[in-house]
Amino acid sequence: MKYSYFPGCTLKTKAQELEKYALSSAKELGFELEEQMEWQCCGAVYPLATDEIATKLSSVRTLASAKEKGEKLVTLCSACHHVIKRVNEDMRTDESIRNKVNNYLNLSEDYKGEVEVIHYLEVLRDEIGFDQLEKLVKNPLNKRKIGAYYGCLLLRPNQVMSFDDPENPSTIEQFIKALGGEPVKYPYRTECCGGYLSLDKKDMATGMASNILSSASKHEIDEIVTACPLCKYNLEISETKNGVTISYFTELLAEALGLK
Amino acid sequence: MIRVKMSTNNRKKEIDRVLGISGENIKLCMQCGKCSASCPSSSNMDILPHQIIRLFQVGNYEKVLNSQTIWNCASCFTCGSRCPRNIDITKLMEAVRVTVVRNKGESRINIKELPEKINDKMPHQVIVSAFRKYNK
Repeated sequence: MKYSYFPGCTLKTKAQELEKYALSSAKELGFELEEQMEWQCCGAVYPLATDEIATKLSSVRTLASAKEKGEKLVTLCSACHHVIKRVNEDMRTDESIRNKVNNYLNLSEDYKGEVEVIHYLEVLRDEIGFDQLEKLVKNPLNKRKIGAYYGCLLLRPNQVMSFDDPENPSTIEQFIKALGGEPVKYPYRTECCGGYLSLDKKDMATGMASNILSSASKHEIDEIVTACPLCKYNLEISETKNGVTISYFTELLAEALGLK
Repeated sequence: MIRVKMSTNNRKKEIDRVLGISGENIKLCMQCGKCSASCPSSSNMDILPHQIIRLFQVGNYEKVLNSQTIWNCASCFTCGSRCPRNIDITKLMEAVRVTVVRNKGESRINIKELPEKINDKMPHQVIVSAFRKYNK
């Protein structure tokens, strides 16, 4: 199976491991991620003001390019996934935005939200299947206690993201289990890490990240996996790390598949 | 469904503009406080999320504009996803922020101070997202 693939800025710079191991694992699992030509930054945050148009254009260009190829669009970074999926929903359901964006972009054919945007974890869950993934594991994770950290952007708002139960998700836990690890649920796995507050209001973000790490420590978790470079950064700079390591879910995947 | 009556005062035009940008119907809010109880950033806020909505309902826009709350919301969408009346307060916070930062000279992040705040491990994502939220 071949998919259009949108990497995003951070995966080409500070989060190279997230992409590197996603690509090598995809090859091993038998699906192809073809990086889009001339992709543009998604803007990192979904424009919540209903009168914003310009900040949605880059996502629509990406979506229209996947539509031209007749492929599903796969993302890896939680933030890119959130932005592109929500803009896609606007293009599908909001006539005013759809008209304004199409008038501006003047594409060969109007874009109306036709593309399906899926996260890499959804490819593993829904297209490969965790049962099948389990069979392909070469180095099982030896029942290591691993905590999933979902954060905000994959889960909320559920009406649009429809990734998993927003209050009690299980996708990453099933993923960890398929790889031979022991997923441990802890209360703060869906709480916010502080996000963009860490640039100008660092103390606030580290406070929020500390709550997450304390919650994980109380449940005897030594390692946490995430899909978001900003979550990883905020958790890593938190002072209450208690020796907990934070890595990308793709690093864990590559390790279990014998690619790392 | 019971709806509150909105107060009208001399800031009605501004309030209507912000509410229009947010796309949210705050008349539906019954002040249950679930948003404030859920907010992971509430300890950074001088006015709690449900109180922000109440201030809009009674027409006290001045207090909303001068609050720290609108700048310390992390846009995590927890409030909106738990609201029993489906009000996305994150959109309301954003609408207030954009009506401020879209004005000339109102950007919140001082670019001159930026080099001290950036480090080698910081992902681009945080810089881009913070600029989208605080500057125009």
